Amino acid sequence: MIRFILGKLLYLVPTFIGITIIAFGFVRILPGDPVLLMAGERGITPERHAELSALLGFDRPIWVQYFDFLGRLFQGDLGNSLVTKKPVMTEFLTLFPATVELGLVAILLATLIGVPVGVLAAIKRGSVFDQVSMTAALVGFSMPIFWWGLLLIIFFSGMLGWTPVSGRIGLLYYFPDVTGFMLIDSLLSGQKGAFASALWHLILPSIVLATIPLAVIARQTRSAMLEVMGEDYVRTARAKGMSQTRVVGVHALRNAMIPVITTIGLQIGVLMAGAILTETIFSWPGIGKWMIDSISRRDYPVVQSGLLLIAGLVMLVNLLVDLTYGLINPRIRHK
Amino acid sequence: MTDAPARLSDAAIRRQMLAEFWFYFRQNRGAVIGLWVFLVLVFVAVFAQVIAPHDPTQQYRDALLVPPVWQGEGQARFLLGTDAVGRDMLSRLIYGAQYSLFIGIVVVAIALIGGIFVGLLAGFYGGWVDTVIMRVMDVILAFPSLLLALVLVAVLGPGLTNAMIAIAIVYQPHFARLTRAAVMGEKEREYVTAAKVAGAGKLRLMFKTILPNCLAPLIVQATLSFSSAVLDSAALGFLGMGAQPPASEWGTMLAEAREFILRAWWVVTLPGLAILISVLAINLMGDGLRDALDPKLKRS
Amino acid sequence: MVQKTGPLLEIRNLTVRFDTSNGAFTAVDGVDVSVDGREVLAIVGESGSGKSVSMLAVMGLLPDTATVTADAMLYDGRDLLQMSVAERQKLIGREITMIFQEPVASLNPSFTVGFQIEEVLRYNMGLDHRAARNRAVDLFNAVGIPEPETKLDAYPHQLSGGQCQRVMIAMAIASNPRLLIADEPTTALDVTIQKQILDLLMDLQERHGMALILITHDMGVVAETADRVIVQYQGRKMEEADVLSLFEHPQNAYTRALLSALPENATGDRLPTVAEFMAAEARA
Repeated sequence: MIRFILGKLLYLVPTFIGITIIAFGFVRILPGDPVLLMAGERGITPERHAELSALLGFDRPIWVQYFDFLGRLFQGDLGNSLVTKKPVMTEFLTLFPATVELGLVAILLATLIGVPVGVLAAIKRGSVFDQVSMTAALVGFSMPIFWWGLLLIIFFSGMLGWTPVSGRIGLLYYFPDVTGFMLIDSLLSGQKGAFASALWHLILPSIVLATIPLAVIARQTRSAMLEVMGEDYVRTARAKGMSQTRVVGVHALRNAMIPVITTIGLQIGVLMAGAILTETIFSWPGIGKWMIDSISRRDYPVVQSGLLLIAGLVMLVNLLVDLTYGLINPRIRHK
Repeated sequence: MTDAPARLSDAAIRRQMLAEFWFYFRQNRGAVIGLWVFLVLVFVAVFAQVIAPHDPTQQYRDALLVPPVWQGEGQARFLLGTDAVGRDMLSRLIYGAQYSLFIGIVVVAIALIGGIFVGLLAGFYGGWVDTVIMRVMDVILAFPSLLLALVLVAVLGPGLTNAMIAIAIVYQPHFARLTRAAVMGEKEREYVTAAKVAGAGKLRLMFKTILPNCLAPLIVQATLSFSSAVLDSAALGFLGMGAQPPASEWGTMLAEAREFILRAWWVVTLPGLAILISVLAINLMGDGLRDALDPKLKRS
Repeated sequence: MVQKTGPLLEIRNLTVRFDTSNGAFTAVDGVDVSVDGREVLAIVGESGSGKSVSMLAVMGLLPDTATVTADAMLYDGRDLLQMSVAERQKLIGREITMIFQEPVASLNPSFTVGFQIEEVLRYNMGLDHRAARNRAVDLFNAVGIPEPETKLDAYPHQLSGGQCQRVMIAMAIASNPRLLIADEPTTALDVTIQKQILDLLMDLQERHGMALILITHDMGVVAETADRVIVQYQGRKMEEADVLSLFEHPQNAYTRALLSALPENATGDRLPTVAEFMAAEARA
């Protein structure tokens, strides 16, 4: 088991290095002089140009720049935003909880609905429920989520007026940022209606973000269950006189969950891409929206670092998924 | 003793395989529906100039935000209404099909060819070639696909071509992985050894001997990538990074429509619906393809 | 002395049809089977003879695509086909148990073997946790698994095929069944282990006074274990006789073909295939 973990960790190192190279390199691939690019349309005097070049290290050989970059990275220094002039790391840490909150609720929704639906569809294979739910899953999987979000806004916010259109909480509320999670902070603040407001703001974006993972999880659960139900050991459980509930819920499910948990974990990476679109539509102040804004504002230090951080996060999540797989699969856990 | 069965020619075998495949595919009603819808889409795209009632870029200043014909102030000459600058929705949607199909084909072609080539190299040669290639693929896969595509487009400059290239680069590792896995599985099989002994060169082995047997998973992945490409390019268009206005790409149309979501629902709903239907059709076909190819995989 | 009031299991005219993509497939066609308590019945035939399917039908383990019809399927005089699900559940896994061909695949890979046998003891025998564990140790001893306390915490993939089959047997006798059905229990095992498992089964059968239905394709096994034999071919019953009569005076051509394929009965330097034998007989 230890060897399994170590093996996975070692595997990550070259990948991580590759990620840093890409993050580091893309600014330098930009056609033209990076300093001029950052200066924008205003142009820049030759002296200022030389000053900035020296300051940002662009006049030094490329591999020196790279190692500088790495060095600063390990100290947590990711440079400053060109727009806000504040350290990228600080901005990231401020905005990150918003995305995490959204993502967590989304993946929770997707799992809590997707797994039972998949199990039922497998048990009642070929039934109306099976066909309807799997078609719905396919539709959810085929939908452009930015459009889906807009539709829901039209319907629930526009026509019914039930949900707000943007933001994390009503503008009337203001309370200190304890955890960065609006749901928790609003509860802690004790202000009347704050929690409800936070919840209402969270509902639509999380439904939108959860849609694709839900569809994938439901389909995967169904096919995993179908495969497991045909295995010999399920027949043995039946032969032992175990009830259908126990056969499905204990014997089959326990084995089907192994690939399903892997799927759930991998969906978290997919969530990141979805978060970019969802946050844009709902003006949710998370790192997805931050990245989009930075890209259009040509705030390259932010884009570079954001790329690095997000990829690093996804890698971490995938590592955790791999490790979890090793834990729940007895063939690996008990060699 | 009975005679040995007559040997079928290569072409006859292929025809038989095709017939079997079609038999299984036909049984999946959803897949057949998907196929029909897709064919309609192709038809619309190819004959857009004939079918579309108006020019998609023509702005009718006197008919801004006209609702579809079945609603209140709808007009018969604009069956699905017009957008904020007076362009006919129906015509724009029809021409949008051209964009979507074009994008799907180009992206899949690039990703497929690149991915197969890379995967063949990695699987065939193994060793450090394999390790290096697969690590690079892993790095690409570590980034959320949309994000990487976005950044690439930001680097290369917004526009349809760059969007397609960016998406193709991001999809390529999937094909590379599949090809590599299939090649590694087939490499040790007897028919490969037989071909090698018969004197087949490396290139011939790669392309003529091994590759045809790895096609099934590649085809399934290709349909998946086709639909993802349509979705992702629409997403890029929506974010302003893909096809630029006044192009009638469905995602770009949605970007322009965003401010009117509460006033003019058709400007928002229809392009998205077009995307949904197209992607759904392709995914249905993909599902059917996978199921139809699967029993063959198991038997061969 | 148990009063023999009739066969323990009686099946008359059993037919099992499967819905397949190529139409309906009849796996079992009008087969009669009956077993008395304490009797060892062997059902022998090639693959595809339907010998397993009939027993799976008794246990109710066939998939939904199967249609089971019979004039009678009686256990201890009670109609299995007409019984409610609840009543049938009280029999399956308790009075009637079954073991299968692939022992490692037949055990759940995600649970310890201890968990899987204690499950039977807790749910079917009503034992509490501690009692179940103790009884499990006893059972493991009875089937010849060394170091039972340690082995209880092992996972199936950590045990050998033979050990897994012993576990299956232990699970099958845990509830003191009156009828044990063994579907090719030794086919997937090492030749050296096969004899051990067979001996174990026969030993347990005698000790517990169970009826044993042994499904096999191996005439050698039949010779060593069975009281009576049913020969099946392509879903139909070819012959039924007590073991001595079958071997000495086989009535059916197919039976004779099977017997002639035994190495012990070899005449000449090649064992005939069934087709060859039947063709030769037809000509004679």
